[in-house]
Amino acid sequence: MTARVVGAPAERREGREKVTGTARYAAELPSLGRLFARPVPAAVARGRVTGVDVSDALALPGVVTVLTHENAPRLAEPDDPTLAVLQGPEVPHRGWFVALVVADSLEAARAGAAAVHVSYAAEPHDVTLSATHPDAYVPEEANGGYPAVREHGDPEDAFADAAVRVDVGYRVPPLHNHPMEPHASTAHWDGERLTVHTSSQGTTVVRAVLAGMFGLEEEQISVVAEHVGGGFGSKGTPRPDVVLAVMATRHTGRPVTVALPRRFLPAVVGHRAPTLHRLRLGADTDGRLTSLAHEVTTHTSRVKEFVEQAATPARVMYAVPHSRTVHRVVPLDVPTPSWMRAPGEAPGMYALESAVDELAEELGMDPVELRIRNEPETEPDTGRPFSSRGLVACLREGARRFGWAERDPRPRSRAEGPLLLGTGVAAATYPVLVWPSTAAAHALPDGTFLVETNATDIGTGARTVLAQIAADALAVPLERIRIRVGSTDLPSAPLAGGSSGTASWGWPVHEACTRLADRLTDFPGPVPEQGLVVHADTSGTADADSPYARHAFGAHFAEVAVDTVTGEVRVRRMLGVYAAGRILNSRTARSQFVGGMTMGLGMALTEGSTMDAAFGDFTESDLASYHVPAHADVPDIEAHWVEEDDPHLNPLGGKGIGEIGIVGTAAAVGNAVHHATGVRLRELPLTPDRVLAGLLEAGR
Amino acid sequence: MGSELGPAGGTAAPPPHRSDLTLRVNGKPHTLSVDHRRVLLDLLREDLDLTGAKKGCDHGQCGACTVLVDGRRVNSCLLFAVVLDGCDVTTVEGLSGDGEEPHPLQRAFLEHDAFQCGYCTPGQICSAVGAVAEAEAGHPSRVTDARAPSGPVPLSREEIRERLSGNLCRCGAYPRIVDAVEDVSR
Amino acid sequence: MKSFAYVRAGSLAEAADAYASHPGARYLGGGTNLVDLMKLGVEQPTALIDVTRLPLDEVTELPDGSLRVGALVRNSDLAAHPRVRDRYPALSQALLAGASGQLRNAATTGGNLLQRTRCPYFQDVSKPCNKREPGSGCGAREGVHRDHAVLGYSERCIATHPSDMAVALAALDAQVELYGLAGVRRVHAADFHRLPGEHPERDTVVEPGELVTGVLLPSATAGLPSAYRKARDRASYAFALASVAVVLEVADGVVRHAGIAFGALAHRPWRARLAEEALVGAAPTAAAFERAVDLELSAARPLRDNAYKVPLARNLALDVLTRLARPGEDS
Repeated sequence: MTARVVGAPAERREGREKVTGTARYAAELPSLGRLFARPVPAAVARGRVTGVDVSDALALPGVVTVLTHENAPRLAEPDDPTLAVLQGPEVPHRGWFVALVVADSLEAARAGAAAVHVSYAAEPHDVTLSATHPDAYVPEEANGGYPAVREHGDPEDAFADAAVRVDVGYRVPPLHNHPMEPHASTAHWDGERLTVHTSSQGTTVVRAVLAGMFGLEEEQISVVAEHVGGGFGSKGTPRPDVVLAVMATRHTGRPVTVALPRRFLPAVVGHRAPTLHRLRLGADTDGRLTSLAHEVTTHTSRVKEFVEQAATPARVMYAVPHSRTVHRVVPLDVPTPSWMRAPGEAPGMYALESAVDELAEELGMDPVELRIRNEPETEPDTGRPFSSRGLVACLREGARRFGWAERDPRPRSRAEGPLLLGTGVAAATYPVLVWPSTAAAHALPDGTFLVETNATDIGTGARTVLAQIAADALAVPLERIRIRVGSTDLPSAPLAGGSSGTASWGWPVHEACTRLADRLTDFPGPVPEQGLVVHADTSGTADADSPYARHAFGAHFAEVAVDTVTGEVRVRRMLGVYAAGRILNSRTARSQFVGGMTMGLGMALTEGSTMDAAFGDFTESDLASYHVPAHADVPDIEAHWVEEDDPHLNPLGGKGIGEIGIVGTAAAVGNAVHHATGVRLRELPLTPDRVLAGLLEAGR
Repeated sequence: MGSELGPAGGTAAPPPHRSDLTLRVNGKPHTLSVDHRRVLLDLLREDLDLTGAKKGCDHGQCGACTVLVDGRRVNSCLLFAVVLDGCDVTTVEGLSGDGEEPHPLQRAFLEHDAFQCGYCTPGQICSAVGAVAEAEAGHPSRVTDARAPSGPVPLSREEIRERLSGNLCRCGAYPRIVDAVEDVSR
Repeated sequence: MKSFAYVRAGSLAEAADAYASHPGARYLGGGTNLVDLMKLGVEQPTALIDVTRLPLDEVTELPDGSLRVGALVRNSDLAAHPRVRDRYPALSQALLAGASGQLRNAATTGGNLLQRTRCPYFQDVSKPCNKREPGSGCGAREGVHRDHAVLGYSERCIATHPSDMAVALAALDAQVELYGLAGVRRVHAADFHRLPGEHPERDTVVEPGELVTGVLLPSATAGLPSAYRKARDRASYAFALASVAVVLEVADGVVRHAGIAFGALAHRPWRARLAEEALVGAAPTAAAFERAVDLELSAARPLRDNAYKVPLARNLALDVLTRLARPGEDS
């Protein structure tokens, strides 16, 4: 491919709609006679609904109906049991939906929901995670299909024999995706056709799930996600809102919107499960790792097993002859965890990269050098060669740009009045994922081209980058490409998740456009009235086994100021360098890297919720108490990348960039806090209460 | 009551309290009868089909619903519409006036790629319009030097960050939003 | 949210009459907290008496040098008022440390005083809370209470008052003006909010039907060095973990006047009378400050998860006292 447009900083195609307020999201469809539905969350942590009194609600003006497990349509059992809403009286956790009020206005729906009286037979519940919980077990696999346990050599003996040892524990609290657009769906019937607008990262699966649950043919259903206000994993598969909307529209025969209130999200759309980490690193006096053990304990719900794969990055990162990585999980009466940006890698690399920093301190070695010294030749867990591995380049380039060489390695060596200043580094990694996809490319008689695939633009700039790929494959200017995404009426495509979207969708777009260009070359005369079309399907190629270990890498550097008066930590500057294959749009890529680092900053300093042992819910359920970073928390952030020409990926050469920005950021910040204060804090987030207590305990 | 699916029994509650009100929205007068419970955000989105103002939290905790009422930026999710009889409301859809050209801040957001998913964007832009006017009018912020002379406050990056902190962005577009506002306020 | 009647009051008398004729009514100012709580079902007024068009939106300088702040002056306007910035910097700083630009544009002086606690159990109608539903119990006591009180709480309630502004008013010896059927009365800002005791459902000393009409900033503290400092989980747009407002007058090497109030430690802004008494007449030394602040905070009884608040409040107070005692800085 002759690169002319790919890589360029093309402006977002839907940008004008977004800045002028005309971009429509799932709850924003003008429709006369639309109804609004509001769910009623369970108020006990475990038990059964014994009765639902809907008479007060139904007596309210504007309330059309109330669905409960007693009268809701029976649905076929979904693969994902979190979607089996209103199908029975069981309450598996607080916040589980037990009724749905359908009304002709938002106000009536809210009033109706408050007037539904639910009685319960409550049962004793247990929501408290501990590493010694008697119900903890080792699952068959963790999220992503990774084996729960991997062991090489004899890590116990090697650790015991190691010259230098680190044996530490870290805690990452529950974290919440909280995309700015809460989950919402609008559904309506038109004859035998069902149309659903939903805030989703991928509508292909939404359609398949709805077809299965409601006993419909997929051809009867259109699912549209034109604009999506973020997802970060929480919209990766359907959530209860879309099932409820379809249920309500089937029951009433009218269009229905279900827009979940922000406070309901933590209980029903998934969260990053809390993780308890034990890290044991053994090394020789030169800093070569001899033993690595990463043991993770996490929770899941009683509804389904989801195991945050937090020990998996340790299988990729460093050369070590003896290792053990283990996941254990405790089923509790808690909401069901799910994907949140870089599941596994984000909490796992916080723990691993903090421990590596602790080891560097034990060794008296520079933490950048320590990492470079333990660079593996092949993937440690599998022995497969890396398709490319740019970690060392990222560390070196980052150190140069950040001014790492001037750093005084002694903790607590810089102060400005009551502020202690420090810098920290951490590595990042994220696997290369790609799924089969289809696309169609049309040549039109007016000289333009239409490219179609059911990609979803959740803010990544999918439309823009796919148009760039198409323009280059067709060797035409960007302006001649039109692009349609975000509907199941288009050629089938997988979700925007796992940092895989651009590779998965771009592959068939590239293929279809390349073949279309060939056809046009051979085609005698002008493009016919009906146009020319080429379809591409990467089944069998995109998902073919690779002999290579394929991962993106990165390095994060952070500088913090710790206020010894208050314990407040502020990031002063942050810099990330990535080796993620070919960067296809420098403008939108930078935004994604910086966005990931910003979420990592939140993970380090401000974000976290508390599972209330008495009530069984997340105490910080709104945006006033769950602190996502605000403008004032976020300094100027730099994102850079090193050129990588990796022929073992896909025709575009990109590795995926949506998630690696968050991986390692929290460790870099935490390591900087240690460098600033000399105090090692091992539980996130580093809020003033913890930091101040740490400073006082250390007599500082 | 809406439909045949309405209450089979029970005592019907009285209809909700309503009042008539007149608002100017983006320069156009509107007279409506509103349920007292209707907040400005829902009036804009459901009654006027102006969906630029977003519902991110519905409780004044995210800023996505920010609009200008009588020229001042406010959270439209926390204002009962009935209270605003006679007020002048500007939403993101009305920032450019009648012109085809976007407002300079909208243009700057495009140029700087100051958004990703776009859901917080209308609120960020309306908030920035309000914040620039407040600084121009000499309103201090928490980070304004108390010893500085009164009069318009120059918008440093720190000032912009503090003044826009009522607008959350989960995609993390903050540095570029600051770039965009800095561009326009310079 | 239940349907409610709406009355726009054209005068104070009209407001009071409307309140009297609508049992279960509430006055509506900027609404930033009341509308929030109505959506949550925590507040369920039968009627809202809209007082926002009453002529209470001015800051006036009185002949004795004090300032009268109308109850409807918006938080942003009060913070920006030249006289306030000049003479009562702690008040301007406190206002600007709170909420967001949008909220400050809507929130009123009176409403800020009357805002209710951020306790998550108070805000969740599916949980027990003695403040919201007397006798139902306190979910926070054994629950999640990192943000709760360390001073002056009771068996029934450990909530804190969330206002920044009120803390500054308490330290500045401001007075709150109340209008009711019985006439006008004034209450010291430090006494305006109550401790929870047996009746946590009552946040303030306001009687039913009374309306906050204004705040008086006294001439006595006008122009004295004062400052407000707050610690929080995020750099902006977050409630205080602890805060302090200090007014300090030093002359001839001796503290002449000290007004100290803590925020987020108790059910009301905590006026530190013991510390103030210990300071007046003493030299403004680090040792004297420490002694005074420790004396005040010795009454603290931290709960399981909020012991950090005591050293945090101590550090904040010492920092602000020290800065104010240094002439020429941060006046």
